[in-house]
Amino acid sequence: MSTSTAGPAEATADYLDQRTGIAGAVKEFARKVFPDHWSFLLGEIALYSFVVLILSGFFLTMFFVPSMGLIEYHGEPATMNGQLMSEAFASTLHTSFEVRGGLLMRQIHHWSALLFMAAIVTHMMRVFFTGAFRKPRELNWMVGFLLMILGLAAGFTGYSLPDDVLSGNGLRITDGVVKSIPIIGSYMSYFIFGGEFPGEDIIPRLFTLHILVVPGLILALVALHLFFVVLHKHTQYPGGGRTNANVVGFPLFPVYVAKAGGFFFVVFGVIAAMGATMAINNVWNYGPYDPSPVSAGAQPDWYMLFLEGSLRLMPGQTEYVIAGYTLSLNILIPAVVIPGLLFTFLAVYPFLEAAVTKDKREHHVLDRPRNVPVRTGLGVAFLTAFIILALAGSNDLIATHFHLSINAITWVFRVLLFVGPVIAFWITKRICLGLQRKDRELVLHGHETGRIVRFAHGEYIEVHRPLDDQERWLRVNYTAHAPLEIEPATDSRGVRRKGYKKDRRLQRLSRFFYEDRVEPVTPSEVAASHSHGEHDALGAADDTHAVESGSAVGGGSHIVSPDDTGSTTH
Amino acid sequence: MKALAARRHHRFAPVVLLLLALLVTGGVYAAFAPSPASADSASTEDIETGQKLFQANCATCHGPSAEGSDTVPSLVGVGAAAVDFQVSTGRMPMQMEGPQAIQKPRQFDEEQTAQLAAYVASLGAGPAIPTDEQVDAALGDPSNGAAVFRTNCAMCHNAVGAGGALSEGKFAPPLWDTSERNIYQAMQTGPQSMPVFNDMNVTPDEKRDVIAYLIEQREGSAGGLDLGSLGPVSEGLWVWIVGMGLLIGAAVWIGAKSS
Repeated sequence: MSTSTAGPAEATADYLDQRTGIAGAVKEFARKVFPDHWSFLLGEIALYSFVVLILSGFFLTMFFVPSMGLIEYHGEPATMNGQLMSEAFASTLHTSFEVRGGLLMRQIHHWSALLFMAAIVTHMMRVFFTGAFRKPRELNWMVGFLLMILGLAAGFTGYSLPDDVLSGNGLRITDGVVKSIPIIGSYMSYFIFGGEFPGEDIIPRLFTLHILVVPGLILALVALHLFFVVLHKHTQYPGGGRTNANVVGFPLFPVYVAKAGGFFFVVFGVIAAMGATMAINNVWNYGPYDPSPVSAGAQPDWYMLFLEGSLRLMPGQTEYVIAGYTLSLNILIPAVVIPGLLFTFLAVYPFLEAAVTKDKREHHVLDRPRNVPVRTGLGVAFLTAFIILALAGSNDLIATHFHLSINAITWVFRVLLFVGPVIAFWITKRICLGLQRKDRELVLHGHETGRIVRFAHGEYIEVHRPLDDQERWLRVNYTAHAPLEIEPATDSRGVRRKGYKKDRRLQRLSRFFYEDRVEPVTPSEVAASHSHGEHDALGAADDTHAVESGSAVGGGSHIVSPDDTGSTTH
Repeated sequence: MKALAARRHHRFAPVVLLLLALLVTGGVYAAFAPSPASADSASTEDIETGQKLFQANCATCHGPSAEGSDTVPSLVGVGAAAVDFQVSTGRMPMQMEGPQAIQKPRQFDEEQTAQLAAYVASLGAGPAIPTDEQVDAALGDPSNGAAVFRTNCAMCHNAVGAGGALSEGKFAPPLWDTSERNIYQAMQTGPQSMPVFNDMNVTPDEKRDVIAYLIEQREGSAGGLDLGSLGPVSEGLWVWIVGMGLLIGAAVWIGAKSS
């Protein structure tokens, strides 16, 4: 009901509400609670850099000419004046040197693309290591995974548009990879490029993909991704009072609207500062594309560097000619099989873990990475493989900057690619188990205080301060999953059971995951350790410093080596 | 004049006259004396001095008459340009064995370098040291230079001459600080792993265009800090360090408990 006394704001709100019923939605959203933690803002960096990408990309489309028609360019810079080039490259130069703010926009666009992928990867790491992909969020993990793939696609299609030598080299590699696919490869290459590479179709085609199809899909999936976040509620880190049934944090309005809105401007500001001060992809250095030249240090943007490294590591002798047909395993394995394996691992991991855990409960409280040692180890192993491949893709720069032999580096990385992840897995798992044992130790015995007390009878003890409730909650409130138990191979009448072999395989995998585990401290263990402490307290009753007496539940200080107190007490 | 005449018997007059005479003699000598030897007009004397320098500093490896050996190149016919390049950049005399000779502070001054060059040039015909006009970047066409560089040089030296890796620890050095003359000489003589780009292959004018292109690169990038001009790897490194670094810092700040 609108009245004449209402201000214009209320009047507008009322007008909208009467026609859309929006008040309910606003009420719902404004009260949506988000938990406070810096790592929950990583996804926002990705979202905001995507917004910057759209804004700056919109500007760039106003000046870009997606055509491979050849023209003679006249204008800045002097090193390109009078050269024959495609209209795409010429319009990129024109945008950079003639359009006011054009170079800034190009650099902002490119930096935010790099940042977009970096934020996606970091966000994905956070979700992986904290187990935020568990039920009910497996589907949202898949959506996020697809967003990452689409981010790669957006980066790849955009990177190629200026039609400079470096991006053309990238397209040539793509052409090679497509052609390495047995039987259909060469047909696909001709289909993609509209004839023999490079043809005249690829830039317009990539342009349509880059400005319409890929960003459209990303936008749709981002909407789905955020819808899922609202639907599932946000996960939260473990801690006192945080359960699967609640979310501890601040309401969207006004706290998170301000925080997240402010963060958008921080992200925009950082990207703009980078675009204004740091040169990126100076295409005029590389020159207009021509299939013959390749410059030293030809690499793709960082998120594709693992593919480049994979290709650089593969020995070239693995190309076979069978009955007149070439089988290029030297390209097929590093550029199709290896990324395929890496991406498959990422895509299926939530389902794999659910299968070996047989855990059908919903999880809204995150895992501490140490409490799931094998998952954390696998994640670190994956990152190790990714980083080794990326470094291998930069092997020439490592060689020149550290004065090493590129051949030696390549061999080291070839070995490390197989050995490194295994070592990284093992070390990470051991560190996690060690941290868990440390947690057990703390819960049972409390903090060391460094206070040494001497009893009347001459015995020395160190006073331990018990954990407070928050600290203890954090350390005991988790589940250490045990390997799966399966039904026997034969039933009671000795008939072989169907599906036994599958169960057996799953059990083996489950053992790999959960055989080594540290159980959380149980209440009875805490009680037992406290009763030890009470014994000591009785023995040392004459010393007021030894025990902070009177704390019945959590207060009993545990004292080191409690077993011999009885015999030595006077 | 009267004042001057009045003092002609002053007791310092002879001293002043003597000084004037010395000054005039010295000035006249300086004006008419032959100019110091340069490689262009090598005198027999220069060649002889150069030979002595060669015997003392280079013959250990290159042999007493510069004939070389199985592992060391012969210097007969390499020309003055090769000597000037190697010695003026300090690559020769070589400091130590390695994948390739490393640039270091030069060991011989310009005159000695010219004498060595004259001696080696006298052993057999080879490319001469380019003239100042041949290497003048202002006379070159940077656009054509960019095209020539892209086709012939960039695969080792990087698109703007930031350098690149070769096999077994060898490398194509960055060209940021290389003098115009040395760039020209390197193309002429093909030092170490570098191929020779002779005048039939890359004409003297094109060589000057390349120099013009490289000099143009030294002005920096229109886009800001050039991050070493190393391409996407350094850009990727910086987006993680600066971009993600600042933003995670901001996220920690925003995510910190408001209480």
